Amino acid sequence: MTALSRAASGRVASLLMRSRPWLRNKPVMALVFCSLLIIAAVFGDMIAPYGVTEPDFAASLSPPFWMQDGSNAHLLGTDQLGRDVFSRLIGGARISLITATAAIFVAGTLGALLGLIAGYFGSIPEAVIMRLADAFLALPFILMALALVAALGSGLGNIILVMIFANWARYARLVHSEVLSIKQRDFVTLARIAGVSRMRIAVRHVFPNAINSVAALAALDFGRAIILESSLSFLGLGIQPPDVSWGSMLADGKSEMQFAWWLTVWPGLTILAAVLSFNAVGEWLKGELDPRSML
Amino acid sequence: MIVPAIEARSLGKQFVLARTSLLGARGRVTAVEDVSFSIPAGSTFGLVGESGSGKTTIAKMLLKLERPTSGALLHEGLDIFAQDKAQEHNYRRHFQAVLQDPYGALSPRLSVGMIIAEPMLALGIATRREALDNACRMLELVGLRRDAVSRYPHQFSGGQRQRIAIARALSINPKIVVLDEPVSALDVSVRAQILQLLKQMQDRFGITYIFIGHDLATVHYMSSDVGVMYFGRLVEIGNARSLFQRPLHPYTRKLVALSNLQERVSKSDFRGELPDPVNPPSGCSFHSRCPFSTERCLNEVPLLRDAPSHRRVACHYFEDIETGRRTA
Amino acid sequence: MSNSSDIEPVLKVRGLTVAYGPLERPIRAVADVDLTVKSGEIVGIAGESGSGKTTLCTALLRALPVNARVSGTVHFEGRPLFDMTEPEMRQLRGRKIAMILQNPMTSLDPLFTIGNQIEEVLRTHHAKVPARKLRDRTIELLRRVHITAPESRVRQYPHEISGGMKQRILTAMATSSSPSLLVADEPTTALDVTVQEEILVLFQEIRERSGSAIIIITHDLGVIRRVCDRIVVMYAGRIVEEGPTEEIFAAPRHPYTRGLLNSLPVLKDDAIVLSSIPGQVPNLSDLGPGCAFAERCSSVVQGCTERMPPEVPVGPDHRAFCCRLLDRS
Repeated sequence: MTALSRAASGRVASLLMRSRPWLRNKPVMALVFCSLLIIAAVFGDMIAPYGVTEPDFAASLSPPFWMQDGSNAHLLGTDQLGRDVFSRLIGGARISLITATAAIFVAGTLGALLGLIAGYFGSIPEAVIMRLADAFLALPFILMALALVAALGSGLGNIILVMIFANWARYARLVHSEVLSIKQRDFVTLARIAGVSRMRIAVRHVFPNAINSVAALAALDFGRAIILESSLSFLGLGIQPPDVSWGSMLADGKSEMQFAWWLTVWPGLTILAAVLSFNAVGEWLKGELDPRSML
Repeated sequence: MIVPAIEARSLGKQFVLARTSLLGARGRVTAVEDVSFSIPAGSTFGLVGESGSGKTTIAKMLLKLERPTSGALLHEGLDIFAQDKAQEHNYRRHFQAVLQDPYGALSPRLSVGMIIAEPMLALGIATRREALDNACRMLELVGLRRDAVSRYPHQFSGGQRQRIAIARALSINPKIVVLDEPVSALDVSVRAQILQLLKQMQDRFGITYIFIGHDLATVHYMSSDVGVMYFGRLVEIGNARSLFQRPLHPYTRKLVALSNLQERVSKSDFRGELPDPVNPPSGCSFHSRCPFSTERCLNEVPLLRDAPSHRRVACHYFEDIETGRRTA
Repeated sequence: MSNSSDIEPVLKVRGLTVAYGPLERPIRAVADVDLTVKSGEIVGIAGESGSGKTTLCTALLRALPVNARVSGTVHFEGRPLFDMTEPEMRQLRGRKIAMILQNPMTSLDPLFTIGNQIEEVLRTHHAKVPARKLRDRTIELLRRVHITAPESRVRQYPHEISGGMKQRILTAMATSSSPSLLVADEPTTALDVTVQEEILVLFQEIRERSGSAIIIITHDLGVIRRVCDRIVVMYAGRIVEEGPTEEIFAAPRHPYTRGLLNSLPVLKDDAIVLSSIPGQVPNLSDLGPGCAFAERCSSVVQGCTERMPPEVPVGPDHRAFCCRLLDRS
C-alpha cells in the first residue's frame, strides 16, 4: 500500500519537496487528499453544488462532463434519479469519516482500557478479557454484522456499534502485550520500591507508555474502517436512504455498470484514494510516533 | 552493641519451576542458600558474583520484591518480612535502589523533575511544589543543571540518566541504597565519575550501600567489606582490601586474576561451565571447575570457616592452597 | 600459518564514511576510516558508545540500513567490495567473511536444536554434502570448539545450554567454512568473566589453524590486551590511534587513548584507584570542524577546535591523530 501511495505522490511531490524542504519526508499527496476529505465531511453542505438527494429527472444518467451528452452542470455525471454524483461523493465523505472516527475512537479507547486491565492486573481479569478478545477476533466480520443488524436494525448508530464490536479486540491485544513488556522495565520496579501504589503505577507509568502504539494502530486502522463501512453499506446493511455512502453508491450503480460506468467508478476510486491516503498518513504518523524515539 | 543496619541470617531462596510435562515433578532451583552477613550503618558492603550466583536474588529480597524461603533479613534488628503496613511504609522510605540499566530506569513520559519528585510524593513527605524544588536541588547535587528538571529522559545520555536515577534514589534521604551493577552499562571512561559521585553522597549523608557487581576491582573500590557468591552460596567474605590482596578461595583467586586492572595479571587455567541449577552437583558446587578439588570436595559441602583477619572461607583446603602445600 | 606482509592484505579500507540524516548536516557514524588487516592478524577495535566501531563492521558486510550513505573503498582479498552485486556478496557472507554478533542469547533460534542450526549453516555453504556426513561434520565442529559430549549436545535446544557454550557454538558456525575474515562484535561482553577466557583462546586457535584474520570489536581493553596483535582506537566515528597492542598499552600517544587506559582500575598501595575522562561522548550531530575530543581533552589548545587533527606517525606501525604530537617533532 505504502509503495503505491509513494508512487502516487511521485513526481509532483518530489518537485514540491525540492523547492520546499519542510515538505520532505511527509506524504504530501496523501495529506492533501485527506484534508480535502475532511473539508468535504465538515463543510459538505456548503461545497456541494447540489443536494445529496436532489433529483433532476431531466438529467438522469448523464455522463461526466467531457463525454458526449455530458454537461458542466454535473461534472461527474448523474445517477438514475438525476442526482449529482459529485455532490453525493461529498455527502458520502461525511458518513464514511464519521463512522470511521467514531468506531476507531470508541473501539480504541475501550480496547485499550480492557487491554490495560488485563495486562496489569493479570489472573482472572486477564483470562476473561483475553479469551473474550480471542472470541471476537475469531468471528467473521460479515456474519457478525448480519447478526447485529438483524437484531438491532440498520442505520448510522448501529453501524458504528458493529464496527466497534469488530475492532476493539485488536486494540486490547496490542495494549495487553505492551503492558506486559512495560511491567518488566526497571522504572516500574523502581516505582514499586519507592512505595508508589499499584493504581498510580498503572495510570502514570504503564498506561501512557502502552498507548504509543495505539495511536499508530488507529491511524492505520482508518483506511480499514472505511472499507468495512463501505462493505456494509454495499451489502445494504449499512446506512439507509436518504443517507448516502460510497458503498451504497456502489450498490446503486451496480446494475448500470455496463452503460453508466461513472456510477460505480467514481465511488470506487474515491474509496481507493481515501484508503491509500489514510494508510500513507498512518504509516507516516507511525514513524513519527515510534516509541523508540521516546526512549 | 550497635545494631547493624542490615543483617542476613542463613538467607535462602528456592524457586519452583513450571512443569515441563503434565505428570512430571516440578523442578526446584535453589537461587540462594545459607547466606549470612552483617552490614554496619554508613559502610558499603560489596556482593560479587557472576550469573547464577544469586546476588540479584538477594538484592530483590532486600528490596522486598521477593520473599526468602528460609532464613531472615533484618533491618536494625527487626525482620523486614514481618512488618505491618506502617512499618513497611517506613521501610520503603529508607530503602532505595539504583539499577543497572540507565535506559530503562526512567519513565519515558515523565519529566525529569516529576521522576525525581515521585518518591517524595508517593510517600507523602512533601507537597508538589516542595518536591519539585527538592528535585532541582538534587539535580545540582548530582552534577546536572537545574533546567534539566523540565526536560525528558530521552534527551540525556546513559551516564546522565544514571545521575538522575541516583538523584531520585537519594531524594527521600534513604538510609540504605542497593546499587545493582550501577555502572556496568555505562562507558568505561564515565564509570569512575558515577562511582565517585556515589562515594561523595555517602560521605555527605552517611548512607549505607549494598554494592552488587561482577568485577572485583570495581566492587573493591566501593566497598569496605565484600562477599563473594558462587552458585547461591557465599564462598568468601571479609574486608575488601585484604580479600583483594590475599584471596583464599580458589574462585576468588580466579576473580582477582581476571580483574580488569591496568597491569597485566597472569591467567591460570580454568575450564568448565557453571553447573545446572536444576541438578546441582553434590558437595562443593565449585568442584567441577576447581583445579584443587579432591574426593572430599565431591562429597562434602564446605561451610564458611574462620580465617585470619576476620575472613571466612568456604573451602576444605584453603589453608593448604595458600601455603602451597596443595597445588593444582 | 600467517603470511608475510608483501602479500595482499585480507582487508583494505580507504576513506570509509557512513553518513545518515539530512545532506546539509550529515551525521557521520564513521568518518574517513583507513584500515588494513592482514591474513592471520587479530585486530581489536576499541571504542565506547558512538565511536562507530559497530557501524564500521556492519558496513564491511554491507548490512547497513537503506538510509545509510556509504562512501570510500573496501577491498576484500583484492576485490572491491562495494562493486559486488548482492548475489556475489551472499557468496562471501558466512563463507569468506563471517560475523558473530553481540548477544549469544538471542542469536540462536529457540525453536530448533543446536544440531539442526549448525547443519543449516553447513548445508548453505556446502550444498553437496550428504545428510549423514553433515551430522558427522557437525559433531566434529563442536569438538573443535571444545564442547564436551557433542553427540548429546546436538539434540539440545538453545535454552538448555549456557551463554559461554552458545558463544562457542556461534563461533563454530561462523568458522565452519574457514573464512578469511572473522568479525566478532563484543564477543565476550554478555558472558561471565570466568568464561570469557575460553572464547579468546578459541579465537587464537582459529587464527593458528586456518590463518583467518580476526577483527574483535569491544570496549573491554582487557580482552584486547589478551588476544589482539594490534589496536585501533575509535572516537566519535574516527580513528584516533592505531598500533601494536603492547606499544599502545605501554605508551599511548593520543589523549583519549591515555584517558581510556587510565579508566581501568589501578592497584595502588592495596587500594583501588579509578579515574575517568571528564564530560561525555559528544552527540554526533553536534560535532564542530575540529577534533571531536577537544572538549574533554586535557592537552587542548586553540587550534584543536578549528582544524581536523593530522595523522602523525609515532612508530613503525603506530599512528595517532593529534595536533599536539607535531610539537615534539
